Amino acid sequence: MTINAKNLDYRSLNEAISASKKFCKVTDCLGQRFMAAGMSDKTITVKGIPGNALGAYLNGATIIVEGNAQDAVGDTMNDGEIVIHGNIGDAAGYAMRGGKIFVKGNAGYRAGIHMKAYREKQPCLVIGGRAGSFLGEYQAGGTIIVLGLNGDGEPIVSNFPGTGMHGGKMLLRSSCDGIKFPSQVHARCATDDDLQEIEEYIKEFCKYFDYDENEILNSEFTLITPDSKNPYKQMYVAN
Amino acid sequence: MNIEGQVRIPSGCAIAAVISKEGKRMTGESIVEAMKPMHDRSNGLGGGFAAYGIYPEYKEFYALHFFFDDRSTRKSCEQFLKEKFEIVKSEILPTRKIPQITDEPIIWRYFVAPLKSVLASMQLDENEFVAKTVMKINTEMPGAYVFSSGKNMGTFKAVGFPEDVGVFYKLEEYEGYSWTAHGRYPTNTPGWWGGAHPFTLLDYSIVHNGEISSYDANRRFIEMFGYKCTLQTDTEVITYIMDYLLRRQGLTLSEAASVIAAPFWSTIESKIDSEDKEKHIYLRTIFSSLLITGPFSIVFGFDGGLMALNDRLKLRSMVVGEKDDKVYIASEEAAIRVMEPDAENIWAPAGGEPVIIKVKEGAF
Repeated sequence: MTINAKNLDYRSLNEAISASKKFCKVTDCLGQRFMAAGMSDKTITVKGIPGNALGAYLNGATIIVEGNAQDAVGDTMNDGEIVIHGNIGDAAGYAMRGGKIFVKGNAGYRAGIHMKAYREKQPCLVIGGRAGSFLGEYQAGGTIIVLGLNGDGEPIVSNFPGTGMHGGKMLLRSSCDGIKFPSQVHARCATDDDLQEIEEYIKEFCKYFDYDENEILNSEFTLITPDSKNPYKQMYVAN
Repeated sequence: MNIEGQVRIPSGCAIAAVISKEGKRMTGESIVEAMKPMHDRSNGLGGGFAAYGIYPEYKEFYALHFFFDDRSTRKSCEQFLKEKFEIVKSEILPTRKIPQITDEPIIWRYFVAPLKSVLASMQLDENEFVAKTVMKINTEMPGAYVFSSGKNMGTFKAVGFPEDVGVFYKLEEYEGYSWTAHGRYPTNTPGWWGGAHPFTLLDYSIVHNGEISSYDANRRFIEMFGYKCTLQTDTEVITYIMDYLLRRQGLTLSEAASVIAAPFWSTIESKIDSEDKEKHIYLRTIFSSLLITGPFSIVFGFDGGLMALNDRLKLRSMVVGEKDDKVYIASEEAAIRVMEPDAENIWAPAGGEPVIIKVKEGAF
């Protein structure tokens, strides 16, 4: 089923998607916010530019965007998958607590800000290109992977990655020479075991965007984790 | 009705801009359309546009756009203008009545040139004289407000959604080589006509999405140099800061950007180019009171160009795209796609990284 989004406001568009069958295609999308918010049982393909907070509170649905996406994709998503074939704006995966986001291109500022995890809820954000500043700001759980596949010589991440990070992990496909991390995180070369833990994510990324997983995995990765088991300890008076 | 400053409303905003590097003139239609997909970023309490190159037949004259509360204010203000300026044209600024825009003040347009004798006796150059006069009117004449004062450019603003403000001012009838636009969602104050963006002085205009945490520190500094912040809305201070840094201090655009969105000391410290490093240390030290903190994305319009800039932490969104001789800037890519579906090189500038676009020399 195809929904032409031209001249539909975000509410009407979401109503049309809700009323559609399991598989639907949205064409002529142009800035409609909150697309597929909270949806659980759909597979939605998007042509055009979806608005901010695409897949907010997503609860199991799959969203495939053929081009770029704007800010706050997957805001507080709980489950499901979002696949972006272009670049993604700022604050991707904002406070996501489950599900997966795969981006072929670059991410803007604050990707994975305040991601969190709890038991079986283990969110993952994979960025194929570069990430902007404040990657994983206040990250509390889950996995952020940046692959740097642009090959344009730019650093894989801009300034201040991991600011306020206190849980979860980041894996950057780079030696991260010259990249400054804050004092409360620990950065080291990823081991084979570390890479094994993300193999499934990389496989899925390669399936969507047609890359060779061995080539990607056969590279140097840096693992970033918070350096304390009790990151709040230093913030309070011990008494 | 309570005016700005007497009420606090919590809030977002939308900005967009287009410029032709070849100086080709475009009607206002497309920038008005561009604001539509960003409708929900505004709340109907302010919309506005700045257009450059729209008055070629009067390009030697300052185009003063006024809001007047009533006829008698206009009469007395006109008397005041006549003592200082040659008025070559005085007219109602054309608008169309539409139900979306109500309670409009008297909106008037003058094309003027300062009297040579007045300039000579005051020993001021004409830009300084016009700037001082605008400040005087806006602070000392209740019910009169100059909202545009540049040459060959004009600002058009109102209380309403930007797409309606564009229709109200008949922007399809103007042709400019660059346009900026704003949809307002007032953060701290109610909307009124004077409080809509752009905020202008001479040919400088600002559209702004954000909230200036450092407003009072910036205001106290800039008011030492004769600027008066009368609108109790934070954005106007950026216009005066830019005027001070560019016109009075003679800084370049990128230097001015390094003042208002100064890099962190740690970022300056890590610069390898020592000359660049020293320059940044100098700018942050000398103009420390002009650092603008808090979230912002702005488009600064000037005679012959545009500059887009984000705060150094990039707490607001901004996207840039290109096609042929045109460069597009907007809060959201969707707005750019309205103006040019095939826009190329879509990218998001980093925080504090100015994007400066100038029209080819002699093309405007």
